[in-house]
Amino acid sequence: MHDSRLTSSPAATQVITADHEEPNPALLHHFADPQQQKNAASLGMWLFLVTEIMFFGGMFCAYLIYRIEYFNAFAAGSQQLNIWMGAINTAVLIVSSVTVVLAVKAAEAGKRKLLVGYLVVTVLLGMTFLVIKGFEYKEKFEKHHVPGPNFNFTDTFDDNGKQIPVDSKQAELFFSIYFAMTGMHALHMIIGCGLFGTLAVLAWKGHYTPAYFTPIENGGLYWHLVDIIWIYLFPLLYLISRHS
Amino acid sequence: MAEHKDQAADQEHGTHSQFFYIGIGVVLLVLTVTTAAVAFVNLGPLNPVVALSIATFKAALVVLFFMHVKGASEKLTGVVVVSGFFFLSILLILSLADYLTRAWR
Repeated sequence: MHDSRLTSSPAATQVITADHEEPNPALLHHFADPQQQKNAASLGMWLFLVTEIMFFGGMFCAYLIYRIEYFNAFAAGSQQLNIWMGAINTAVLIVSSVTVVLAVKAAEAGKRKLLVGYLVVTVLLGMTFLVIKGFEYKEKFEKHHVPGPNFNFTDTFDDNGKQIPVDSKQAELFFSIYFAMTGMHALHMIIGCGLFGTLAVLAWKGHYTPAYFTPIENGGLYWHLVDIIWIYLFPLLYLISRHS
Repeated sequence: MAEHKDQAADQEHGTHSQFFYIGIGVVLLVLTVTTAAVAFVNLGPLNPVVALSIATFKAALVVLFFMHVKGASEKLTGVVVVSGFFFLSILLILSLADYLTRAWR
């Protein structure tokens, strides 16, 4: 039976080659075909991403509620953030998302060196994001805007030089939420850099072929989700309270 | 024939040319500059609306094209994605429906 390709009629051969265009060593026996295996992996990844959305959603919800409750303090706290560093970091993440999607494209086309190149660039962009974030955190420490015993937030002044009183405890809450959300996002970036570094090494060793590159695709899904979370963090934390 | 089949497979997986992805990336960068610039203009209560609309549009571009949800061969993926945002909206809308309507305080 295994030699049916060699012995059967031309018509039967055609059917067999149409069903099994090329043998795929990555295909596990409990899946009908590579496409089903890929769909299952993709579905599992998306379920994980949904749990991530709910996880960050809890923090987004806390932010929105406290922003309504302590509006003035949150506006004053937000105005202390560096809008340029936030914007540059947004751009860095968007470019990294493009390199990720191009990496998936390269994996699909079987271009190993191009794939490794895109993965390495992605890791470097992720590290660039973290370095910029680190400088932002350093600024927060210097200004005593880190929640804790040394927290110090003085009243701010509006454009006309009029003093706006700010409850220090409420401002501290803004910075607690700021550090919780950006810190958790940064942790995801660190994990993402480790993930993509691993993928780059495995890709270099030739683990991924056009027939099997599911880890590249699913790693990419993770990276894009972390990008999307930042796409929302940037306006919510940095932008929307400039004129309040 | 084979080429035609490849194109069909490409559409099924929702993949595009690399120039298409770079184009989406450029659109996302332009939107980032736009949203940062608009933040310096005083639109009153419209500032958060504009900023979050742009963010949602950017997120939609990433989900549909970078994450290949548009044109995904598995329709179940789309269901999971929509259900995720559905439950997130329950969390946010019901919580805010409470905190935004406490008129007695």
